[in-house]
Amino acid sequence: MKRLLTLTSALIALVSSKAALAEYELNMTQGITEVSKDIYDLHMMVFWVCVVIGIVVFGAMFYSIIVHRKSKGHKSAHFHESTLVEFIWTGIPILILVAMAIPASKVLIDIEVLEKADMTVKVTGHQWKWQYDYPKEGISFISNLSQSSKDAIDDREKGSAAKREALDSANDDYLLSVDNHLVLPVDTTVRFLITSSDVIHNWWVPALAVKQDANPGFINDSWARATEIGTYRGQCAELCGKDHGFMPIVVDIVSKADYAVWVAEQQAMATAAAAAASKEWSEEDLMAQGEEVYNTNCAGCHQTDGTGGYGPAIKGSALALGDDASEHLDIVINGKNGMPAFKMLGDADLAAVITYERRAFGNDGSVVQPSDVTSAR
Amino acid sequence: MSTAAHDHHGPEKGLLRWIKTTNHKDIGSLYMWFAFAMLLLGGAFAMGIRAELLQPGLQLMDPHFFNQLTTMHGLIMVFGAIMPAFVGLGNWLIPMMVGAPDMALPRMNNWSFWILPFAGTILLSTFFMDGGAPAFGWTFYAPLSTTFAPDSTDFFIFAVHLLGFSSIMGAINIIATVLNMRAPEMRLMDMPLFVWTWLITSFLLIGAMPVLAGAVTMMLTDRNFGTAFFDAAGGGDPVMFQHIFWFFGHPEVYIMILPAFGVISHIIPTFARKPLFGYSSMVYATASIAFLSYIVWAHHMFLTGMPVAGELYFMYATMLIAVPTGVKVFNWVATMWKGSMTFETPMLWALSFVFLFTIGGFSGLMLGIAPADIQYHDTYFVVAHFHYVLVTGALWSIIAATFYWLPKWTGKMYNEKLAKIHFWWAMITVNVLFFPQHFLGLAGMPRRIPDYSLQFADFNWISSIGAFGFGLSFILLTYIVVDCIRNGEPADPRPWYSAKGLEWTLGSPAEYHSFNTPPSRAVILEESQHS
Repeated sequence: MKRLLTLTSALIALVSSKAALAEYELNMTQGITEVSKDIYDLHMMVFWVCVVIGIVVFGAMFYSIIVHRKSKGHKSAHFHESTLVEFIWTGIPILILVAMAIPASKVLIDIEVLEKADMTVKVTGHQWKWQYDYPKEGISFISNLSQSSKDAIDDREKGSAAKREALDSANDDYLLSVDNHLVLPVDTTVRFLITSSDVIHNWWVPALAVKQDANPGFINDSWARATEIGTYRGQCAELCGKDHGFMPIVVDIVSKADYAVWVAEQQAMATAAAAAASKEWSEEDLMAQGEEVYNTNCAGCHQTDGTGGYGPAIKGSALALGDDASEHLDIVINGKNGMPAFKMLGDADLAAVITYERRAFGNDGSVVQPSDVTSAR
Repeated sequence: MSTAAHDHHGPEKGLLRWIKTTNHKDIGSLYMWFAFAMLLLGGAFAMGIRAELLQPGLQLMDPHFFNQLTTMHGLIMVFGAIMPAFVGLGNWLIPMMVGAPDMALPRMNNWSFWILPFAGTILLSTFFMDGGAPAFGWTFYAPLSTTFAPDSTDFFIFAVHLLGFSSIMGAINIIATVLNMRAPEMRLMDMPLFVWTWLITSFLLIGAMPVLAGAVTMMLTDRNFGTAFFDAAGGGDPVMFQHIFWFFGHPEVYIMILPAFGVISHIIPTFARKPLFGYSSMVYATASIAFLSYIVWAHHMFLTGMPVAGELYFMYATMLIAVPTGVKVFNWVATMWKGSMTFETPMLWALSFVFLFTIGGFSGLMLGIAPADIQYHDTYFVVAHFHYVLVTGALWSIIAATFYWLPKWTGKMYNEKLAKIHFWWAMITVNVLFFPQHFLGLAGMPRRIPDYSLQFADFNWISSIGAFGFGLSFILLTYIVVDCIRNGEPADPRPWYSAKGLEWTLGSPAEYHSFNTPPSRAVILEESQHS
């Protein structure tokens, strides 16, 4: 009973506080590409056609319900067949459908036929994060759900008041923010190559009107030409396992100049990362880096304290103890059953996280260096 | 017609009656009660889902359990509630409607029912297994359902095989009954529409269920015997799974709606006191929908990477379905037109069906437009669409049929006042539940997520409140039905003034063996829907 009261008061508070946030968004976004606007127009056209048909059909039905009722003394007629009428209401819908099919086909062909792209981004779905590769620019990074959203989800024990606070601080971006944004230049035709490393995902950014299945072992393509600078958010749109609801997409559309600056930054970081992977690391550095990587990638299933949850405990696990790390390396790099593969992480990150798993939580396993990862691949 | 003299080999006494029975009415009742129990269970899962979605954040369950609930909700509702309920209605009504004493294959009838509780138990037992129940959605796309699935998936596969056996046997039985046990004087085009729609549905079942069995068998060998049908690394293709699944799945959705069309085509003429408009066009429309259902499957797969020619074809074929479906709706409205309508409970449910199913039809048409489907696909817009056609479509017709034929089944009348209160309660709450989901989908909320961004909070809250109200309405429904069976006033053999159909010529309640002598041509014509 007490819990019920708390729940009720929390509900009332939630609803009343929501008034400020409430936008009651009702309709599809118009988006920021020509295609997304075409789709919106098509959607509205079909919607209004349905409204008109609905008014005619339901109008006749409700007129009949109101007027042709026994309580008003209406006597029933006995007609029950008319070939002419059947022809008419078979024919007219066919004409309406043809009228809808023509613009729909045009938009569909526009979407599916891409003459020439200015640049290419490869999108890879992993359980449960996205990887973005710019093959020509030599940029590659992983995009995870942001820490602020993770903190807000994990406040389960703190009760509803604290939870709401956490949600409010995560604000509008709750579950729609990531650590590394995909950055794309405005007014540029971008071709997306979309694939997956494990199960089927779906890369969806409503504002770009791009939604394409990421099939493991196959590459799908799609494209977009954004016309407005801004930050646009999307989500995975194909059930992909436990954390399907927690792998959002954030795209920054920036000016071409800003994009060039960003590319230069990323390339410098890539060079630094390559250098880091080839050097010998101190245990402290590995542990510090490893904790970060662990909390981003592993804590969702194994818990921050390594005691396990959806995945088994790492604390005290035979795999993470002793001097021989080869099995540990294998399972993290290649995955096993429910455990996804993490081979998309860099050698330094993998060495750090494996070291962390072997040395934290009271474990006393050996330290793993980036060079060990390189040879284990 | 049956007389009291034939009742000497009536039902056995005690519990064994239900286990050993080969009687179409007993088996029909078993199916209906089983379906109702599954409906409550699947509904309880839905309450869990909506309770978690009431507020943003994870309050009640972890995401893995949430996925188990959505998966089992879908499987239980489709295979445990809607399909068995229609088979139950078919069992009860078809022999009475075609002037037969019983089903053609009574022992197989017993078996096809008694498979169900075992299949259901196996399916539900997966909740208690290591790794939990299947959590990959009722559509169980590979490789999430193969390489990445919990061990319990093999039990799920076995349950699906059993459910498939049951459905195929049920379908064979109905075809044999309609074609061989029909009163000799009854021509095909004299048959009532419920019989027609079930006959056509049976052919859909026989065509579609083996394809599902094939899909799960391939999953089984992929999981356990080293094949790679759906694994690209072994030369297979995960998209092929979806082709096979939806080649079953699309006929499946018509399996769940064609008998509903039949039910509505009985109820509206009765309460409009006017013959069904366009009987033969109704039959042809049903057959056309059944045919089209086999050639539109890939409209569920517009985003899998299909070539543009394929997308265009499946878009056109899908849009075509609107034509025969429209014909049906127009015919129902024309049946009401210039009638003399009264609004007893079955009619309220039937009218509400026409209204709400048509809304589901509109969103279906919108989803069929391939470019727009880019924005709709796998969002709550889809969830709203298929709940409008399956809840306020299929389930609505089952409830309508229950109220319409309950006096015939039990010989007693239900409480009309309570039934009307129940109708309005359910009618309002179901719309509070599902209508806001259209907005959620258009605003961009994906389906099958346990938690959502704050912009979706308001409509989710409204939807959940509607869900709890709708869930509660089934307590009242249970009370009304039980109250009717126990305390109902005796009902007339033809409780609805202008009802047509051979079933109304039987006693109240209908005799244990329906027709021991087939009805004459004169009676058949007198009771036919197009006289």
